[in-house]
Amino acid sequence: MDFLRPAGWREALAAKAEHPTAVPIAGGTDVMVEINFDHRRPDVLLDLNRVAELTEWEVGERTVRLGAGVPYTRIIEELRTELPGLALASHTVGSPQIRNRGTVGGNLGAASPAGDSHPALLAAGAEVEVESVRGTRMIPVEEFYTGVKRNALEPDELIRAVHIQKAEGPQQFSKVGTRNAMVIAVCAFAVALHPRTRTVRTGIGSAAPTPIRARAAEDFLNAALADGGFWDSGAIITPSVARQFAELCAGACNPIDDVRGSAAYRRHAVSVMARRTLGWTWQAYREGNGRTVQCA
Amino acid sequence: MGAGPTPGKITQTSTATRGAIGESTLRPDGTLKVTGEFAYSSDLWHEDMLWGFTLRSPHAHAEIRSVDTAEALAVPGVHAVMTHDDLPAATHYGLEIKDQPVLAKDRVRYHGEAVAIVAADHPETARRAAAKIKVEYAELPPVVDEATATAADAPVLHPGRADHHAGHVPHPNIVHRQPVRRGDVIAARTRADVVVRRDYEVGMQDQAFLGPESGLAVPAEDGGVDLYIATQWLHVDRDQLAPVLGLPADKVRLTLSGVGGAFGAREDLSMQAHACLLALRTGRPVKIVYNRYESFFGHVHRHPAKLTYEHGATRDGQLLYVQCRIVLDGGAYASSSPAVVGNAASLAIGPYVVDHVDVEAIALYSNNPPCGAMRGFGAVQACFAYEAQMDAVAAELGMDPVEFRQRNAMSQGAVMPTGQLVDSPAPVAELLRRVKALPMPPERQWLTADDSTDVRALPGGLSNTTHGEGVVRGVGYAVGIKNVGFSEGFDDYSTARIRLEVINGEPVALVHTAMAEVGQGGVTVHAQIARTELGVSQVTILPADTQVGSAGSTSASRQTYMTGGAVRHTCQAVREEVLRRGRERSGSYHPAWATAELLLEGGKVVTDGGEVIGDLAEIVGEEPIELELEFRHRPTEPFDLETGQGFGHVQYSFCAHRAVVEVDTELGLVKVIELAAAQDVGKALNPLSVVGQIQGGSTQGLGLAVMEEIVVSDGARVRNPSFTDYLIPTILDTPTIPVDVLELADDHAPYGLRGVGEAPTLSSTPAVVAAVRAATGLPLKRVPIRPEHLTGT
Repeated sequence: MDFLRPAGWREALAAKAEHPTAVPIAGGTDVMVEINFDHRRPDVLLDLNRVAELTEWEVGERTVRLGAGVPYTRIIEELRTELPGLALASHTVGSPQIRNRGTVGGNLGAASPAGDSHPALLAAGAEVEVESVRGTRMIPVEEFYTGVKRNALEPDELIRAVHIQKAEGPQQFSKVGTRNAMVIAVCAFAVALHPRTRTVRTGIGSAAPTPIRARAAEDFLNAALADGGFWDSGAIITPSVARQFAELCAGACNPIDDVRGSAAYRRHAVSVMARRTLGWTWQAYREGNGRTVQCA
Repeated sequence: MGAGPTPGKITQTSTATRGAIGESTLRPDGTLKVTGEFAYSSDLWHEDMLWGFTLRSPHAHAEIRSVDTAEALAVPGVHAVMTHDDLPAATHYGLEIKDQPVLAKDRVRYHGEAVAIVAADHPETARRAAAKIKVEYAELPPVVDEATATAADAPVLHPGRADHHAGHVPHPNIVHRQPVRRGDVIAARTRADVVVRRDYEVGMQDQAFLGPESGLAVPAEDGGVDLYIATQWLHVDRDQLAPVLGLPADKVRLTLSGVGGAFGAREDLSMQAHACLLALRTGRPVKIVYNRYESFFGHVHRHPAKLTYEHGATRDGQLLYVQCRIVLDGGAYASSSPAVVGNAASLAIGPYVVDHVDVEAIALYSNNPPCGAMRGFGAVQACFAYEAQMDAVAAELGMDPVEFRQRNAMSQGAVMPTGQLVDSPAPVAELLRRVKALPMPPERQWLTADDSTDVRALPGGLSNTTHGEGVVRGVGYAVGIKNVGFSEGFDDYSTARIRLEVINGEPVALVHTAMAEVGQGGVTVHAQIARTELGVSQVTILPADTQVGSAGSTSASRQTYMTGGAVRHTCQAVREEVLRRGRERSGSYHPAWATAELLLEGGKVVTDGGEVIGDLAEIVGEEPIELELEFRHRPTEPFDLETGQGFGHVQYSFCAHRAVVEVDTELGLVKVIELAAAQDVGKALNPLSVVGQIQGGSTQGLGLAVMEEIVVSDGARVRNPSFTDYLIPTILDTPTIPVDVLELADDHAPYGLRGVGEAPTLSSTPAVVAAVRAATGLPLKRVPIRPEHLTGT
C-alpha cells in the first residue's frame, strides 16, 4: 500500500489525478475501520491531513463554506448558530474521540446511508464543492448520493468543501439507535424551517439506499402551511397536518431489515421523529427563538 | 537480642496493621489502565518473534473436502502453515469433554471454526498467506435449535460420543440433561388457585471484554514452551495444552500476562494451542493477537435459552409448585455446557421455598457458536424467567410483586429443590425490603434547574429523540440466587505459597499464587489478607504462573473465597511457625507466650490484650519462612441424574435490584434511570472492590436486558461481530447504582465472606425488564428488548 501525503491542495489534486484509485483519508474514522475489518485494502491511501485549506470554514452572506476536513467537534463549538441542525447531528457522531477526528467531507466521501451529517445537509440545503486538476464543480447534495456507499465524484475528484445554507429558522435533528450514545443510526431525521422562502425541508438517513428528502411530505406541508396562513399567524400546526406530514415522511422511506432494525420499525420511527421535530422547530419559530436543549 | 521486651522498657501497645481486610484499598493497576499505560497481553514483544494468524471457516456446518496450503507456504516471510494433519499429538481438547478440534479435520461445526494457522514475520503477511490457503467445503444443513437438533433425520454432530454424559442423554445432540424433582407437582397443580404458564427466551450475550485474546509462545531450550497469556485458569490451560503439544506438563510453563477482562470468555482455550504449536514448529517466539472481529469468533458466549415455566399458587400468595423446562443452546462444542446445565437446573426456581418442583434443563449441540462460561453461568437465564413469572403470578393474585416474593422467599434453614439445606444466612426478603425502601429518583429528572431539557437524561440520550414526549416511567424488582465456587463434587482447591522474610530490617510477605487477576481485585485482597494474618505492612504479590500450585479458575465468584482462603490458610500456618520459633526462643521470658491467643500486628507479636511480646523481624531473622499449602472448601456431591437431589453447591449468594426506567413508548427506547442493588457479601474484604463488582455486574445485566445480543441467522452465521453492532452500555446507558452491602457471615467460609461477582448480574436483567413492562404494559418475554418489541414493529 502506498501512502501519499500531499502538503497542499494543489498537490493533493495532482496526486489524485495520478492515482485515481487512491482512497482519500482525513480523520480515518471510516477508512481505518474498513481496513481493520479487511473490507477493503486500497493500493494507495491519500492522506489529506496536511492540507491546511481543508480545515477552514468561512461564513458568507447566505452560506457557510465548510472545509471538507473540519472535524465535528469544531462544527459543534464554532458553527452552532449558523448550522444548528448540523451541529445537533455532529453531536450524535460516535464518541468524543471520533468527533475530534471525523469530518463532513469524510461522511460525504463514504456516502453511507447511515452517515449522520447527511439528513442535516439535505434539510438545510447544501452543495458539495468538488475539484480536480480539470476544475471545480458544485453538486447539489441531493444529487451527490448515487447509491449505497456511492457518490457522484469522478475518480480524479476530491471534496474541497460543502456550502451549506445558513440557518434562517429553527432546525432539528433526531436519530434512533439502540443505546443512548455512540451508536450508528438505525434511522435519522432532520428538519429545517426556511421562513424566507416559507418552506420546510427534510432529510432522512438510514431508511433508503441513500440519504433522501421526503419531498412529498415537504410539498404537502408547504402547501398546508401556506393555505392555512401559518407562517404569518404562527398558529400551532393542526395535529392532523403534522400527522399526515409524518406519515408522508415514513412513506418516503425504502428501508431494509438488518441487524440494526426492521424496515417496519424504521418507517415507524421516521414518522415519530418527523412529527416531534416538526413540533419542536415550529414551536421555536412561534416563540421566535431557538429552543434550549442541552447536549453536552 | 532474641528475648522478650527489654526490662524497664515501657510496654508497647500495638496499632492495627493498615491495609488489612475490611478496608477499601485501591487497585495497583487502576491508574495505569485508565491512562493507557498498563501492559496487556497484546502488548507482548519478543525479539525475532513471528506473528500467528488463524484461518476460519466461513460456514457453520460443512464437510472439508480438501485443504491446499502450497500457495500460502510459498509467500515470502511465511515460516509455517499448519492444518489438522500437522498436529503432533492429541488433536482435541476441552474443559470437560475433549470434543474441540485444535484445527478442524474433515468437518467444521460453526461459523468461525479454526481450520489452519500460519506463522509469518509480519501480521499482514500471515493474513495474506492465510487467504491463499485453498479449502474446499461442501456445505451441510445446519442444526440451529432443539427441533433441528432432535429431528428424526438430524445430523449427529459428534458421532460416537464416549463422554460421561453420553449414556444418559435422550439424543446424541444433547450434551447433558439434568432433571430436579421434588414433591408432587401433579397433585399440587390440583390445589392451585392461580396458574401461570409462559415461554421465555434469552438471546446470546457476549462477555465483551475489552482486551482481545492474545499471547506469546516462546520455545525453550529444553524442548518445552513458555506461554505468556491472558487467561482465567493457568493450570487448566496447561493441562489441555500439554497433550496437544505432546509435552509433559512441566515443559509447558504459563505466566499470566495483562488481562483485559474475562467474564468467563477466557475459560476455554483460544489462541493458546495455536501459538505454542507454531512456536514449537518454527523454533521462534510466536505472538497471536485477535482483532475485535476475530475475538467474537475466538471465545464462547453465554448460552441462549428457551424456557417454559409454570407456576401455581394459592389465593393467599403461597407458591405451591414450579414446573419448568430450560433448553440451553451449547453450540458446536461442549465447553462448560454440562456445568451450566447443572446450575440452571438446580437454581431454576430462584430463592424461593417451593415444595413441589419439576425441572428439566438440557444443553444442545448445534451449529451455532459454542457457548460456555459467562458471569452468572446458567443462573442468569433461569432468573430472567422465574422473576418474570413471580411478577405475573403476583399480578394474577392482585398482590404487590415484592410482597409476593417476600412471602415465598427462602431464608437460612430452607431446603433447595435439590434437597440441600441452606445452612448460612439467606436474607432474601430483607434484600428486597432494602431496595424497595429507597427513595425514588425525582419525576421528570431530565429538566435542569433552569427548566431546560437535558437530553442525556432522556431515552435516546444524545440522539435527541424526545424532549419528554411519549416518556413513561416504570419500576421493577427482582432477586436472584447464585452458587459460589465449583459444584457437583468437583475437587475445588486453591494453592498459595507464602514467604515471610526480613528485607532491610522490615518483615515482608511474598504471596505467590496462580490466581488470574482479570480485574476482580484479587491482587488487593491477597495483600490485605497477608497483612491481616501476618501483621506486616509490606506485601509483595508475585506474578501468577504455573511454578506454584493451581489456584483454580477466576470464575464462579470463587477467587476471594478460594485463593483468598488459601492465602489466609497458608499465612496462618506461617504465623504458627513464627509463634513456634518465638516460643522456642523467648517462651521463658514472658508468660504470655504460653497463651493461645497471640496475634501478629504491626510487625509485632501481641497478646489479645494488645501487649507486645515479640518482634516479627527478630523472630524471622535470617531464616525466611516459606510454605505452600492447598485450601479446599467443604466437599459437594453430584446431583442425582434422575431426581437432581444432592448436596451440590458450596455456598449461595443473593442480590436484589430495583430498576427505575423511563421508556419512550412511541420510539421503543429505554433509559434506565436508577438500578439500586442490595447484596449480602458475608464480609466485604475490600468494600470499594465489592461495590465495583456489584455495579459492574448490574451493568452487564442491564446490557442483556436492553441491548446485548450476538445475532445468529442465515444458516447459523454471526451477523454482528463488532462493537459497531454488538452494543454494550456506555456511561450514558449506565444509571446511578446505589449499592447496599450486607455482611452476614457464612460460618463455613473464610472470614464469613460470600462470593460477590456474579449475583448482581442475575437480578439486574429481570428488574430492568419488569420496569419496562410496568411502563408499557407489554408482556416482554424475550431479552434483549428491542425497540421493535416495544413498538409492535
